[in-house]
Amino acid sequence: MSDSHDTPLLTTPLDRLHRELDGKMVPFAGYAMPVQYPAGVLTEHVHTRTNASLFDVSHMGQAEIRGADGARWLETLVPGDIQGLGIGKTRYTVFTNDQGGILDDLMVSKLADDHLFLVINAACKHADFAHMQAKIGDKVQLRMIEDRALVALQGPKAAEAMAKVAPDAGAMTFMTIREITIAGIACLATRSGYTGEDGWEISVPEARVEELVRALLALPGVMPAGLGARDSLRLEAGLCLYGSDIDTATTPVEANIAWIMNKRRRAEGGFPGAAIIQRQLAEGPARLRVGIQPLGRAPARAHTEITDEAGNRLGEICSGGFGPSADRPVAMGYVPRDFAAIGTKIKLVVRGKALDAEVAALPFVPHRYIKA
Amino acid sequence: MGDKRFTKDHEWISVAGDIGTVGISDYAQHALGDVVFVEVPEPGRAIAKGAEAAVVESVKAASEVYSPVSGTVVKGNQAIVDQPGLVNEAAETGAWFFTIKLSDPSELTGLMDRAAYDAYLKTLE
Repeated sequence: MSDSHDTPLLTTPLDRLHRELDGKMVPFAGYAMPVQYPAGVLTEHVHTRTNASLFDVSHMGQAEIRGADGARWLETLVPGDIQGLGIGKTRYTVFTNDQGGILDDLMVSKLADDHLFLVINAACKHADFAHMQAKIGDKVQLRMIEDRALVALQGPKAAEAMAKVAPDAGAMTFMTIREITIAGIACLATRSGYTGEDGWEISVPEARVEELVRALLALPGVMPAGLGARDSLRLEAGLCLYGSDIDTATTPVEANIAWIMNKRRRAEGGFPGAAIIQRQLAEGPARLRVGIQPLGRAPARAHTEITDEAGNRLGEICSGGFGPSADRPVAMGYVPRDFAAIGTKIKLVVRGKALDAEVAALPFVPHRYIKA
Repeated sequence: MGDKRFTKDHEWISVAGDIGTVGISDYAQHALGDVVFVEVPEPGRAIAKGAEAAVVESVKAASEVYSPVSGTVVKGNQAIVDQPGLVNEAAETGAWFFTIKLSDPSELTGLMDRAAYDAYLKTLE
């Protein structure tokens, strides 16, 4: 089923455990990753929404920026408010290019005024690092963290599970970061994730990640889940996947994530492509990423053509599939601004047939974050 | 129904008289994972051997089901349209996709019997 055998793939420090758990390993961003375990994508997805799941995301990049002016310099590369980010807080942002397009999306956490912790996408991590090195490498101390793994514990029962092995974790709220001991292992955890559920992303030294994961999987209600469920969960949650929903040809305004910019950054600019993004903020973008609800049972996958009711091309689906918790097909796509209102009737061309759909509110499944 | 014969694309066909019943193999349903959507052909549709006849989608991906033989569709299986998960439970029994009136029964000779299909699956491991 796979033609990947002749390409050497990187492995995460949990590779042995994935194989022991009978994970179905597939190539992803140059790594051998479990797309699912024997339970299957559907079960893993539903389990995450009802209990808690453990995901290996060690392929993602971790980096740190040190230096008194680290936040100010990082702001020259991202449109987010990093100087105003509180110590112990985490924020979602993007690297932009000179056209206002998105080079990658990332999480930035402030550990101290002079210490930022970044989590970046696997497929982009080397380019991101080179980009930071080239632009601000002589202003701050940059380090790619290559000796730590990253795992995510996600789901409504994640807090109950964490309480058994990390009494401090419960005091954290959504989008905060803390150094905590989990099952006796010193970790750096954010209360965040990519599923729309409560949970933690946990950075841990490679040498101890297997021990940590075995301890978490031993807790009641916790099962392993693979990249397949991670993708269907984030799609239902309306969260962007870099390379599908956002890329160098989409701006944060078009991607409908302009909320990542606060008033100061919108006014001041000072990041790549700021003039283009500011103009789109003022005038409205030509097109927007929206939620799309197919009205039948047929899923509409990425690159499915979107048309108006008369058959005129409007754009494409960027992510689409079946939402196991929504129990219906769900999708996101780009449409002209005039077609972005919720409830707008559109057509999706699936296998040559124009199927009924409408623009829908995101997320498809409500977020259940534990906010302050 | 007669013994099943298989294609390299993991469809099976079982023939009684000049009517074939077509489905996907247990190996195929397992490889696909949880089936969430099925589309079957309309009665009366003429289909050539190897042409797309039906669609089966899991959470992750969509796949085509190709007709193992040429002929005219007699009917599609509404049960798997209503309950796609049946394909995972009974791929080689109740979860057939469609029946087809064969136009050229000699096409069957090019298909694999169970032993040959099992040997073929071993080459995919």
